[in-house]
Amino acid sequence: MTSEIPLSHILFVSTALFFIGMYGLFTRRNMIAMLMAVELILNSVNINFIAFNKYLYPDRLDGVAFTIFIITIAAAEAAVAIAIIINLYRSHQSIDVEDTTQMKF
Amino acid sequence: MSASAIIFYLLSAFLLGTGILSVTSAKIFRAAIWLLFSLMGVAGLYFWLDANFIAAVQIAVYVGGIVVLIIFSIFLTQQSGSGMPKPPFVRNIFSLLAVLLGFALTYLLIHQYGFRAGNRKFDMSVARIGTQLLGTDDKGYALPFEVVSILLLAAMIGCIVIAMKTKPGEE
Repeated sequence: MTSEIPLSHILFVSTALFFIGMYGLFTRRNMIAMLMAVELILNSVNINFIAFNKYLYPDRLDGVAFTIFIITIAAAEAAVAIAIIINLYRSHQSIDVEDTTQMKF
Repeated sequence: MSASAIIFYLLSAFLLGTGILSVTSAKIFRAAIWLLFSLMGVAGLYFWLDANFIAAVQIAVYVGGIVVLIIFSIFLTQQSGSGMPKPPFVRNIFSLLAVLLGFALTYLLIHQYGFRAGNRKFDMSVARIGTQLLGTDDKGYALPFEVVSILLLAAMIGCIVIAMKTKPGEE
């Protein structure tokens, strides 16, 4: 059913999503907005894993297992990042990365 | 072009468009809502790829968990209606250039490699995933499963410790 769509079209979507996330990471200076860009990047990687699993190795489930692990670690990463952001807001009254320069030099 | 192909291209356009809006929107709350739509589009793509369990996990964890967490932290740290300053023009141009060049290079490599897809059937039932994740033979993932569960526990305790309020008399 899905064989009429070549694998490269799905990889086009995931690559485009990855670089959209990179653009957000480069231009945004708000920490929560940067976290959202990181979530887009992680999702593009997950699309890649599922597509490779389905098209190249349909008899195995390694890509699916890795996707589940990545989703788990992304949830842990988002929780830790938001805890750090809230703590930073308490001490600096700002979540702009340009304002947090204590450990820069 | 069949209905399946049309659905794929519509889903892809939807998730890429909302993704672009999510990284360019000036108001952070709107960016979070666009991110929500983009993640829903990714879940739809998983449904299209016959990975039903992953799509359900995507909706439960990302849309139901992470985006709600992000929206809560937006409310906690700033006024939701306030706009973010636009990035400087030079930074905007150079990041756009870097991103476009990176995309072109990566897609050129993918296009030239030309993956050959097999014609075997893709069977992804939840029973198979469970057997694979908790299997102890050489194809099983029992050890990473346990390691990830410990990591999740450590991350949750770490979050509580980091975000805990210290009383003014302490330290």
